[in-house]
Amino acid sequence: MKEILSRWYAKDSVKKILSSLISILIGLCVGALLVLITGIFKSTISGKGIWEGIRIVFLGILSTGRDANGALSWGLNASNLGNMLFRATPLIMTGLSVGVAYKTGLFNIGAPGQYLMGTMTSLAIALSIPSEVVPAWLIWIIAVLGAALAGALWGAIPGIVKAFFNINEVIACIMTNWIAANVVTWFFDGSGFCNVQEYGKTGYIYPTRYNNVATVKLGLDKLFAGSQVNGGIIFAILIAIGMYILINKTTLGYQLKACGSNRNAAKYAGIKDRRNIILSMAISGALAGVGAALYWLSGNTEFVWSTYQALPAVGFNGIPVALLALNNPIGVIFTGIFMAMLNIVGQQLTNLTAYNEYISDVIIAIIVYMAAFSLVIRVWLEGKSKKKAIAEESKEVTKKEEE
Amino acid sequence: MSTLIQQTLLYMVPLMIVALAGVFAERSGVINLALEGIMIFGAFTGVLFVNLVQQAGWFTPAKESGNWVALQGFEILAMLFAGIMGMLFSLLLAFAAINLKADQTIGGTALNMLAPAIVLFIVRIVANQNVIAMADGDAASWFMLKKSMFGYGRNEDMGFFGMTFLNKTYIATYVCILIYIILSIILYTTKFGLRLRSCGENPQAADSLGINVYKMRYSGVMISGFLAGMGGFVFALTAANCTANGDVAGFGFLALAVMIFGNWKPLNIAGGAFIFGLFKCIAACYSTLDINGDGKYWLVDIGISVHVYRMLPYIITLLVLVFTSKQSRAPKAEGIPYDKGQR
Repeated sequence: MKEILSRWYAKDSVKKILSSLISILIGLCVGALLVLITGIFKSTISGKGIWEGIRIVFLGILSTGRDANGALSWGLNASNLGNMLFRATPLIMTGLSVGVAYKTGLFNIGAPGQYLMGTMTSLAIALSIPSEVVPAWLIWIIAVLGAALAGALWGAIPGIVKAFFNINEVIACIMTNWIAANVVTWFFDGSGFCNVQEYGKTGYIYPTRYNNVATVKLGLDKLFAGSQVNGGIIFAILIAIGMYILINKTTLGYQLKACGSNRNAAKYAGIKDRRNIILSMAISGALAGVGAALYWLSGNTEFVWSTYQALPAVGFNGIPVALLALNNPIGVIFTGIFMAMLNIVGQQLTNLTAYNEYISDVIIAIIVYMAAFSLVIRVWLEGKSKKKAIAEESKEVTKKEEE
Repeated sequence: MSTLIQQTLLYMVPLMIVALAGVFAERSGVINLALEGIMIFGAFTGVLFVNLVQQAGWFTPAKESGNWVALQGFEILAMLFAGIMGMLFSLLLAFAAINLKADQTIGGTALNMLAPAIVLFIVRIVANQNVIAMADGDAASWFMLKKSMFGYGRNEDMGFFGMTFLNKTYIATYVCILIYIILSIILYTTKFGLRLRSCGENPQAADSLGINVYKMRYSGVMISGFLAGMGGFVFALTAANCTANGDVAGFGFLALAVMIFGNWKPLNIAGGAFIFGLFKCIAACYSTLDINGDGKYWLVDIGISVHVYRMLPYIITLLVLVFTSKQSRAPKAEGIPYDKGQR
């Protein structure tokens, strides 16, 4: 048994997963610590409140609110779980966007901009093609494809300036993010897409159900009663699997990775480096764009169109999703769901305690910080197993000598 | 014209000082992508400091008696505090990048996410809303330099120079410019500056000559943190009326772009910051901008959408980077963790 365990432990992938789990654990502990410290310094928060806060940080997804006595109650909460999956959908997509780019040696911090362009295109298409003429499912498909195209184009810009002018893609992505934020506001400002039918909602775009366009539910809404979940999550998981195959099993994926690990060597081997850099960014952008479409086409989500002062957090949160999954597309599915869970936890914290949802952002940031030296953690894990092996070897040697 | 110059300075100076922050980190060999995060943190701690000191009432007598010199001292104290807090915050980056040899881009991104999260978490608990402001009054009544302080009456004209550079300005702007000049000279003419720069170009060679690369990189990142934190507070003070809400409108990133555009050289950076400050200023107040004083607002009259003006600084940054990329020369060893074993 022990042997099996140690052999399993020596596997590289196991160590990678372990290092991610350690990052998560440290992140959660720092979150709990912050809850504790602020609780001590803030006189209005009692010891009981602190303890409740800490429990929600770790187990918030299982919280079902408060019972009749005012104590926290726990259990499987179908609507929370469903909402978690719903919010995980765009996170998985932006996570894939960042992860695929990272596999090819590019740091795609432009996911928020690509996400916004996807939002703009998908909403505009879904609301402007009349569903009386064209069947709703066809509009949905066109909208998703349009979002993919818009995201791809927006992602290609940093790719092009990187490939031809050797400009750091991080800077180019940041600039395109802010340009996108302004373009979206410009596009919707004064357009017919703003919600003027419902009172006080002119800052929002019509939800797509106004045009009868909505993502198919696939029965998930019955499974998770009272939540917003829909077939988008299945679609996102399928895309993740597709990306895994593309990156790991195809020639194109190999070329992209080769360009990422050593551009000059790839060029020497006859791979078109410029084309691959642009392509990689375009694929990343398309993924983020589709993520936006899957979120906003759900039928009842309302988009605040005045975005020029702020970028969508979903785009930036793709970075921790990808990092935590070590850029593995399959891993992104799980880390995306985990990040969405943190999101729900933050909401529970706001609803049930004196704390607020920003704690989940703190936890995410700590996890990213830990991911920055996940290598150190892995080396540490390796060192531990090596030491064990050495100790065991020496034991055996001494045994033999005794014999 | 006076307003145009004043407003441009308002945006230009934080950009300039934060871009210099980037220079100190990168010239020592550490990519400081966390400028935005440090700015946010500095803005928050600076405003919090002002708020708490006001509540403690240390400067209330000075305010009541109109002792504006003391209030300027208060302002500089807050800048210092924000700078020190920014420096402490940047230690997180230094530790990850230098000691643990972590990926600097990811470390910086982590700080960029951490700063607004922590700031908003604390602000929400302390102030019960998403923004923290001064406890009493506003930035203009406490800190702004006014005509009356120089002995001029309400309707008297101070002349072009006075109206532009003294009336309705903040001393923070000039302190920043002074620090900018001093630090630029230090970077280029002192032993310390030379050593710092050598660590960003060829750390192995620097180490072989007895320079402690780790120490140099730590000082680079810490100076960077100080400047960025201070710049963040100056931005909050002058452009946001001394409030902090976990956001500095992407100025940290813009500063990063200014730094690259300025080719990691202080003089070019000042020029770059001026251009972007000008466009930022046009975007912010194009509708009330009367350039030659004839009562016509021609930026409105030509009928270009406000969104275009808002986009311009970013588009121009991108274009300028494209056109200057040929001459661009980053410090050779930036972003590469220094490993003694690789010598």
